Amino acid sequence: MSTPYAKLPGWVEYGLIPLTNLAVAFLVAGLVVLLVGENPFEAAYHLINGAFGRGEYIGFTLYYATTFIFTGLAVAVAFHAGLFNIGGEGQAYVGGIGVALACLWLDQVMPWYVVFPLAILGSAFFGALWAFLPGWLQAKRGSHIVITTIMFNFIASSLMVYLLTRVLKPLGSMAPQTRNFAEGGQLPKLDWLLSIFGLNVGTAPFNISFLLALAAAFGVWVLIWRTKLGYEMRTMGHSPSAARYAGIRESRITVITMMISGGLAGMMALNPIMGEQFRMQLDFVQGAGFVGIAVALMGRSHPGGIIPAAILFGVLYQGGAEIAFEMPSISRDMIVIIQGLVILFAGALENMFRPAITRAFAMRGQRAAAVVQTKGA
Amino acid sequence: MDNIAIELRGIDKSFGLVHANKDINLKVRKGTIHGIIGENGAGKSTLMSILYGFYQADSGEIFVDGKPVSIRDPNTAISVGIGMVHQHFMLVENFTVLENVMLGAEDSQILNKGIAKARQELKRLEKEYALEVNPDALIEELPVGLQQRVEILKALYRRADILILDEPTGVLTPAEADHLFRILGQLKAQGKTIILITHKLREIMAITDEVSVMRRGEMVATRTTRETSVEELAELMVGRRVLLRVEKGESSPGDVKLSVQGLTIKDSRGVTMVDDVSFEVRAGEIVGIAGVAGNGQSELLEAIAGIRKATSGTVLLNGKSVDVTGHRDPAELRARGLAHVPEDRHHVGLVLKFEESENSILGYHHDPRYLNGAFLNIDAIRKDAEEKIAKYDIRPPNARLKTANFSGGNQQKIVLAREMERGPDVLIIGQPTRGVDVGAIEFIHKRIIEMRDQGKAVLLVSVELDEIRSLSDRILVMFAGRVVGERSPEATEGELGLLMAGVEGRKEAAE
Repeated sequence: MSTPYAKLPGWVEYGLIPLTNLAVAFLVAGLVVLLVGENPFEAAYHLINGAFGRGEYIGFTLYYATTFIFTGLAVAVAFHAGLFNIGGEGQAYVGGIGVALACLWLDQVMPWYVVFPLAILGSAFFGALWAFLPGWLQAKRGSHIVITTIMFNFIASSLMVYLLTRVLKPLGSMAPQTRNFAEGGQLPKLDWLLSIFGLNVGTAPFNISFLLALAAAFGVWVLIWRTKLGYEMRTMGHSPSAARYAGIRESRITVITMMISGGLAGMMALNPIMGEQFRMQLDFVQGAGFVGIAVALMGRSHPGGIIPAAILFGVLYQGGAEIAFEMPSISRDMIVIIQGLVILFAGALENMFRPAITRAFAMRGQRAAAVVQTKGA
Repeated sequence: MDNIAIELRGIDKSFGLVHANKDINLKVRKGTIHGIIGENGAGKSTLMSILYGFYQADSGEIFVDGKPVSIRDPNTAISVGIGMVHQHFMLVENFTVLENVMLGAEDSQILNKGIAKARQELKRLEKEYALEVNPDALIEELPVGLQQRVEILKALYRRADILILDEPTGVLTPAEADHLFRILGQLKAQGKTIILITHKLREIMAITDEVSVMRRGEMVATRTTRETSVEELAELMVGRRVLLRVEKGESSPGDVKLSVQGLTIKDSRGVTMVDDVSFEVRAGEIVGIAGVAGNGQSELLEAIAGIRKATSGTVLLNGKSVDVTGHRDPAELRARGLAHVPEDRHHVGLVLKFEESENSILGYHHDPRYLNGAFLNIDAIRKDAEEKIAKYDIRPPNARLKTANFSGGNQQKIVLAREMERGPDVLIIGQPTRGVDVGAIEFIHKRIIEMRDQGKAVLLVSVELDEIRSLSDRILVMFAGRVVGERSPEATEGELGLLMAGVEGRKEAAE
């Protein structure tokens, strides 16, 4: 049989189609706002203004985006090997232990640039550890990774409650959190980066882990498309039977992929712990692990797509908070609905407009060919 | 014009940028068997799907019995008397024959009345067309030949006057195919019109009255079968002269390169798939394994290639033992000189979403030539792929094109180039030309013979008996997991056919 849809130019495939989906998502979201009895244009204004209106707002948007880049990359790496890691939430949470330990150990004696690398290693190590167990269980015992990773989210949650109320909590404190870090446990802000554009970061916790996230995105690209391991992961992801044929060991790739994925999720902890709160507190992940799934879906599991998708979700978080603040009849939950619509149209209904767009381009292509022919004659 | 059952005028259909049918005109006379041949991707299936209402043509008209009709979906196709027998049967496996025949034509919400009526009607059809089949048998318990008969009954039950058969003999033994042709003859005698889509020229010559040839979406010719020849049809299909017979010299077998002793394979449910099979393949010979699909050939190949675990038995590669029952590593076998062209190139031999060049290293990606440490050496990989593309005439010659966008024949060439260019000692090949166009078949057959002449040991599995006969130096026939006989390629098709059906084999075993 012939392929049902011919190949589209890159800018249509990766530009026009996602943007169309996004536009429709916002259109439907606008209708929802209308149903609540509010003015959708006003909501849109607050969304955009809240996300980009001032240097400080942009700082917040990019702060959230940093978090989502890490969790999005984590999900994407696993996707490439055909694994659905929905345990990013728990892996990021446990990854916090690595960050906290490095900071608690050295924050008073070492500058941030010594503590930061150790915190990176620590967060990646604990995140990887938390993903290793489900990976190993899948490889050796056949326990499905979707089930085990989601269960591990709950175990992580209980573990962290235990650690933060019994082990890491300073004596005499009532709050389930570590002590505040000294200077060595605080990441510098990227105020200079924004000031290049004449913006003032203000109180926004936009910090250096953003650059780490960008580096991680590049690293993931290299891993997936330029290394032997990445080649084996993709082979397994596209066709397990072809991987078996090629002598690629499924169990080995499963475990390694999950550890890389978990490590990336764990690194997410750097951003809130060392970049904003300067302590580890209960529930600091706040659903970012799950948002990572949406980010990876929308970014087509490609770092080049994940970064803009993460920024989009940063906009929804930051601008959404602004809407909720300015328009009291639109609650925080409404923002979740809008986020849901974006996921629905960009992820699940990704192919809804594809046939029509493809047809339009086929027609245009034929006309162009006809023009060439007449010219030739 | 009364005797025209179907006429197509100017049918045109595009899928995006792919122009699948270009201005097709076709007349099928009533009460005849009309063959439609063409290479894969020539547009045969698309054309028939338009006729049966799966797709709508972009432009053009369809006339049934001289009246213009618009076929929007399969239901309208049935209502104007067109029935289809699909290549992959569309039967519900755990329903009975009767239930399958009724499905979608139950007449009323309450089944009982309908069942009685259907049973009666089915009896009448069986008698009229000599299509015996037990109406209460479960589909999954019927052999494929009978399942196909149920498909035909289904169409007749819906009062089809025009039957479309899409590659009907692909899954049948020669004897079953003969039986099908007798049934088709009977249907024709009763005044039914039959459209037969196939790529097998022999079938066209044997039973059709007229034949239309498609090439690259166009209808290039219609001939009266009696007045044409296999050579002419092949030339029309490909657009150039084709060698149908493979020319090959005498083989000169050398040392034993692959030795299989007492190999037994059971599947996960404990069903024996391969039963105590032993044979040897020597350097410089092609050993063909003939058999109807599903008689253990696939499992045998997979076990030798290290993909499937064998229950017992030994395999020697270049005189050294392969651990077929324990730890198997296809990568290690490749390093020891075994190359494997798997039966299923779509799911096993290739990753369709990969670039061509990425597939050209599949399984050999450990080779330092393709690597810089842990990194892929993209330049070296692409250069290597381009050399293979040139040598095997893979089209389009673009190492960066997604593999799914190559035609079946070119995809198979990608696999062959990868496996053959390593210069293996032993080459095992499953279904080398399945879904491959005639032009590429010629090329692939020549390459296989060349491998033999270079002193490689070749083990060939194919369900195409013609292919086995023309390539092999020795033929083993498998039936129900056992090798039931060895013949020389001079053995007649009838003799091999009986072995494949298990008839002769049982006698031999009894003796």
